[in-house]
Amino acid sequence: MPQTVTKFATCAGCACVCDDLELHANDARIFEAKNACEMGRCWFLERPISKVEATINGKPASLSDAIDRAAMILYEADSPLVFGLGETTAEAQREAVALAERLDATLDTETSLTHGTMELAAQLGGKVTGTLGEIRNRADLIIYWGANPARTHPRHLERYSVHSTGKFRTRADRTMVVVDVRESETAKEADIFLRIRPETDFEALTALRCLVRGQRIVCERLNETGLSLDQLRDLAERLKRARYGVIFVGQGLLQTRGLHMNASAATSLGIALNATGRFLVMPLRTPGNIGGADAMLDYATGYPFGVNFSRGYPRYNPGEFTAADLLARQEVDAALIVGVNAVKRLPDSARTQLDRIPTIVIDREIRNATVSIATAPAGISASGTVYRNDKIPLGFRPPLTSTRPTDEDVLRRIREAVERKPETYPTASARMTILE
Amino acid sequence: MLRITGGTVYDPANGVDGVVKDIVLDGGKVVADGVGGRTIDATGMIVMPGGVDVHTHVAGAALNFARAMIPEEHRRALPFLRSKTLRAGVGGTTPTTYATGYLYAGMGWTTVNEAAVPVISAKHTHEELHDTPIVDKATCVLMGNNEVVLDLLEQGEFERAKQVVAWYLWAAKGYGIKCVNPGGVAAWKWGKDAKQLSDVVEGYKKITAGKIVSSMARIVDELKIPHPMHLHCNNLGAPGNVSTTIETMKSLESHRAHMAHLQYHAYGGNDWESIRSEAPAIAEYFNAHKNLTTDAGAVLFGNTITLSADGPWQYLLYQLTGKKWGNIDVENETGCGVVPYVYREKNIVNAVQWATGLELLLLIDDPWRVSLTTDHPNGASFWRYPEILQLLMDATFRKEEFAKLPEKAKARTCLAELTREYTLREIAIITSAGPARTLGLPQKGHLGIGADADVAIYHLNKDIAKMFSHPRYVIKGGEIVVEDGDIRMTVEGRGFITKPSYDPAIEEYLKPLFQQQYSMSFENYPVEMHRIPHPEITEV
Repeated sequence: MPQTVTKFATCAGCACVCDDLELHANDARIFEAKNACEMGRCWFLERPISKVEATINGKPASLSDAIDRAAMILYEADSPLVFGLGETTAEAQREAVALAERLDATLDTETSLTHGTMELAAQLGGKVTGTLGEIRNRADLIIYWGANPARTHPRHLERYSVHSTGKFRTRADRTMVVVDVRESETAKEADIFLRIRPETDFEALTALRCLVRGQRIVCERLNETGLSLDQLRDLAERLKRARYGVIFVGQGLLQTRGLHMNASAATSLGIALNATGRFLVMPLRTPGNIGGADAMLDYATGYPFGVNFSRGYPRYNPGEFTAADLLARQEVDAALIVGVNAVKRLPDSARTQLDRIPTIVIDREIRNATVSIATAPAGISASGTVYRNDKIPLGFRPPLTSTRPTDEDVLRRIREAVERKPETYPTASARMTILE
Repeated sequence: MLRITGGTVYDPANGVDGVVKDIVLDGGKVVADGVGGRTIDATGMIVMPGGVDVHTHVAGAALNFARAMIPEEHRRALPFLRSKTLRAGVGGTTPTTYATGYLYAGMGWTTVNEAAVPVISAKHTHEELHDTPIVDKATCVLMGNNEVVLDLLEQGEFERAKQVVAWYLWAAKGYGIKCVNPGGVAAWKWGKDAKQLSDVVEGYKKITAGKIVSSMARIVDELKIPHPMHLHCNNLGAPGNVSTTIETMKSLESHRAHMAHLQYHAYGGNDWESIRSEAPAIAEYFNAHKNLTTDAGAVLFGNTITLSADGPWQYLLYQLTGKKWGNIDVENETGCGVVPYVYREKNIVNAVQWATGLELLLLIDDPWRVSLTTDHPNGASFWRYPEILQLLMDATFRKEEFAKLPEKAKARTCLAELTREYTLREIAIITSAGPARTLGLPQKGHLGIGADADVAIYHLNKDIAKMFSHPRYVIKGGEIVVEDGDIRMTVEGRGFITKPSYDPAIEEYLKPLFQQQYSMSFENYPVEMHRIPHPEITEV
């Protein structure tokens, strides 16, 4: 078999989206991924591809039958949900928005179950962020809070932060701090590790902000965090001395008690620190292209996730229009899922409902669903655009080809099938009256 | 083919000033004559070339960052319901992409220039522009704080800097070169700013803001980029910044420059208490120097969101307002700041800003060199342009509005003394013919044979704001896209790109620098051509 070498390939094994991989492949598979981390190697190499292209009710079906059936289910539903989108290309996300809109559906992504709390914090008080090269070039204080990149973003330290050599900084110039509830692999590399009690992040971050701003804090409350006043004072002094600092916040902060108030506490601290130096606060997003989904939804609807089209135009309300809540309240009567990993993040109450309603799953594998369509995996055999953790877009360089359709193709064909059916359009009376 | 008969045509580029004549469109262009097709009876209507926006922020990471921060604004914005023709969306301070196309076309504008594109995220900008229907699009690439270029200028390597700028422009698939607060945004990465031209840029030993300005102007001219250097001056928004602005204009000598949103650079006074308009001084210098063009950056009262690559200014604005603050630092290239803002009629600073924008539009004597903008969304959203047209065309209305300002503010501006009223010819110049010429787009802004078939047709109406808000017809590329206030069909716009010539060896120089300074591979950095639908490339 002829072999190909693809240089500067882009990996979406995690949200780092490293683009310096060298892939060796033959017609059938990738057998080597140079420069890849363990997650990257899994992403590129361990890719069983199911032989069946589509199923309806678990039985093999043709692609066109599956698309027609999917279109019929979604067309007939009163309150369909389009969900997922974290593992696909920006081009497919664009099609998903168009389809959700056409269906007057609710559109939600796994952002609502992950770093969506950071988006809410931004809506509350703003956000201070940057591209990863700025961290590499400038950061002298790097804090990982509730994050374990050694496990979740294996090349983060090496390529973008602590261990990288940038224009103005090397490892020797940087202080690395880890704040976590346990001594993780990442914590072992830190200059300073602060073990915090679970679910006290908000308190610790708020105490730090008070210390940074010279405000009084109640020491008894501090005890709940498991951190001493001296520890926090020391960290506060380092924060103030930093010329260019960053807090990378992980799911351990963003999805634990406090949720968006934790994110807001981290953001507020970061904003306050721009009075003494420059400071950023950035989430470590979950694998794939979820940053692209945020960007796409923002520009097409104005909102980053939890968007409802039932009145013919986008409305937003986390809690009301987010997948986990809608499903738990049994307000959804059909679901289109693009990429199954998002489903794994749903709470049981939501997943139970998915078992009760017709579902369509578009994924690289055949899954347990009313209609399942297997597509060409993005970055492996489908081209397109992926957004990095810092929302910088990159093109995929897929080394393989596939006879499978892409997610984008399938979503477009479903929409076209829906459009062939009789249609009514929302009228002006659908507009919500906003009481000022 | 499409024939527009009986309309009163304002086509200043071709010396047509309110003449009743037919305009014939075919194959997307204005043609001499033809037979068949549809005829539009435009009797009693005015016919103008489609509007051109020389400076707006309608796509890209910074704007989208702002969109994500303000759901409260979207919620009370004009909703766009999906229909057979339209995609859903929201209007308001920062309309969604589809709504942006509908809103521009809906008031007769058919070409826009997105004025701030970081190269590293240009793929994102083009992705949004891809989904911005109807209008044709140009982009300006941010270069005034590019550290690769600044490092070369510091070392006195002007020729190489020029090659690098050319390479970046093509890498971004951009149209023009933009400099925002030259040196100031690079300094912001160290927590500083560059307010004066003589300031040595933080992080450098020699190079000053002034040196960046003059070097970039020379680079743009020597590369023969159709659009002059698009310049957001140092010291934006600050009381007393008139001296910086005039000094900047002087430092350009004979080089071309487009002075963006001049209103924000035309203040006197020593502090917020004493701020006043210095529009007359600015206009006097500007009038005498034909190498310069500008756009108003006018302000209207109401809610908006400010966004700019000028990171240090936006941080100051956050400190002043205490509202939410967004910031993005973009490696090696630029930054971005976002702060929601309300311009209040009763606020003295805001009242002075409102008056300053109008003063500039009225005091600059050559309409060809001043374009209508609000620096959308900074001064107001673009869909409020008709309100400004009314203020320009109707001195009585302007006087009534002026009367509402606080007494203190009234004394800080000469607006009350200005009796000039814009004619329809002059309106056609500042909204279309002028900005098209400034951008260097010979096929835009006029209705001569060979021009793009972009036409706005308005019912003559005494209510000027209403007239310009509701065109009777808008034609884009020969297709009727708006009829009686409704979008009847949508077309895809084109993307204007400049391809400057550069020495390919510059890539070998840049590759190791990318390895050291960028977090992505050199090979993955340039925008691929397939991302721009309907590209129109100018090779220079």
